[in-house]
Amino acid sequence: MTVLVIAEHDNQTIKGATLNTVTAAAQLGADVHVLVAGHNAGAAAQAAAQIAGVAKVLHADAEGFAHGLAENVAAQVLAVAEGYSHLLFPATASGKNVAPRVAAKLDVAQISDITKVVSGDTFERPIYAGNAMATVQSADAKKVITVRTTGFDAAGQGGSAAVETVAAVAASGQSAYVGSEIAKSDRPELTAAKIIVSGGRALGSAEKFNEVMTPLADKLGAAIGASRAAVDAGYAPNDLQVGQTGKIVAPQLYVACGISGAIQHLAGMKDSKVIVAINKDPEAPIFQVADYGLEADLFQAVPELVAKL
Amino acid sequence: MKVIVPVKRVVDYNVKVRVKSDGSGVDIANVKMSMNPFDEIAMEEAVRLKEKGVATEVIAVSCGVAQCQETLRTAMAIGADRGILVETTEELQPLAVAKLLKALVDKEQPGLVILGKQAIDDDANQTGQMLAALADLPQGTFASKVEVGGDKVKVTREVDGGLETVELSLPAVVTTDLRLNEPRYVTLPNIMKAKKKPLETLKPADLGVDVTPRLKTLKVAEPAGRKAGVKVPDVATLVDKLKNEAKVI
Repeated sequence: MTVLVIAEHDNQTIKGATLNTVTAAAQLGADVHVLVAGHNAGAAAQAAAQIAGVAKVLHADAEGFAHGLAENVAAQVLAVAEGYSHLLFPATASGKNVAPRVAAKLDVAQISDITKVVSGDTFERPIYAGNAMATVQSADAKKVITVRTTGFDAAGQGGSAAVETVAAVAASGQSAYVGSEIAKSDRPELTAAKIIVSGGRALGSAEKFNEVMTPLADKLGAAIGASRAAVDAGYAPNDLQVGQTGKIVAPQLYVACGISGAIQHLAGMKDSKVIVAINKDPEAPIFQVADYGLEADLFQAVPELVAKL
Repeated sequence: MKVIVPVKRVVDYNVKVRVKSDGSGVDIANVKMSMNPFDEIAMEEAVRLKEKGVATEVIAVSCGVAQCQETLRTAMAIGADRGILVETTEELQPLAVAKLLKALVDKEQPGLVILGKQAIDDDANQTGQMLAALADLPQGTFASKVEVGGDKVKVTREVDGGLETVELSLPAVVTTDLRLNEPRYVTLPNIMKAKKKPLETLKPADLGVDVTPRLKTLKVAEPAGRKAGVKVPDVATLVDKLKNEAKVI
């Protein structure tokens, strides 16, 4: 039995979510291969070869993969899928975009967002925003899976897998990449950060959000997150949203400032090791999951926290 | 151009579901059901395309039990011209729904299918992409902006690092993210009008689709609980606890 992990990468480096997916794949007790479909992605393929536990890297290179268009990447996965019992993708924006296309073409169910491997055909996954955990069994011959990265540790380095070049499929021509606005930041990536400071609607404006949250993030070397309410109100960009339909995070420390704690938000951060809540409403549901709650006005408490750290 | 908008009947987003004591699922008896919020955004987008003169007809589709008719009436109150219910009491999984929708796409030949990116009950995030694959259509998932021009649609997508724009040839499949639009409030006159709009009922067999579930749910359990910690009186105590008790800074 051999399983295939579809790497998330930027053609140069492998994204962190891939490492957690390799760990999930290794738990299936089979040889783990990694597919890097990219453009001029030799460096990414080499990086994949160094992940501990990877037996082989398949490298498909073509212009159509440069931006990870779902139509082209899915076709490439299908072209190499034979012989693999499981196809695993990270449950990130790009993995979620591609995996269901592969599953549908193979006529198999997809098992989304697994948090635990029970056996080769049985997996645990959250439903209803994590308010229930379902154990599901697949009857399909091939399993197409997306892996919730917070459920698995990142695989280490030290591998020395062979890189095999595979023929690239032709681009579909139905879709084209136009451009992107990717926020450049020196901060750690939200889903990989050890500490996250997160702001809610109580911040009141984009200016205040920056003014209050940035110094705290700088002081802690933290990533910045936001509640849906803060993103919808335009205080923070969409890629900072933590929650059921945003990013799922599980840092060592999560500091929620002015976030009431709707179930949809809790779904995205309740697996954090230590949760701190700063909120002036004593009834805020966030206090029910916080290890340390501080009932205070964040506009005073956060600057004071920055000063005392 | 026709636009198809699939809408799913789900437990209302304000309801905190309870796991059944026998572990067979969650208890949805007597809880409020609503249209999946992402589907409401999809419906709003389709209706706006019609108001702009881009779409000529908006068709709402729902797959599931007879009560999905209510969801379709809501869709028609938002502005869909007609509804199609694919009625079954079988548990419908995303692949089955995608196959039903593929059959309807073949029949209706829409220019666009707009779906919610995920349903808030099973949180699968699959149906749109599966439909696109089965119908050999391009896809623009997690859309925060949709601009139709000629035989193309430009979709701005919410991706992990920010935004990405792709251009798709029509027909195409789009799935909606939260920031695409703010759905309108449904007014009483529109609810009344919706009651008179045509609603067709089909069975999966009429579309030649086998909807047998592929995944078996062995059990559903409460998630590992997280107990509330302590309240600290001031910032100094908080810093002390984080340094010396939790040792995370």
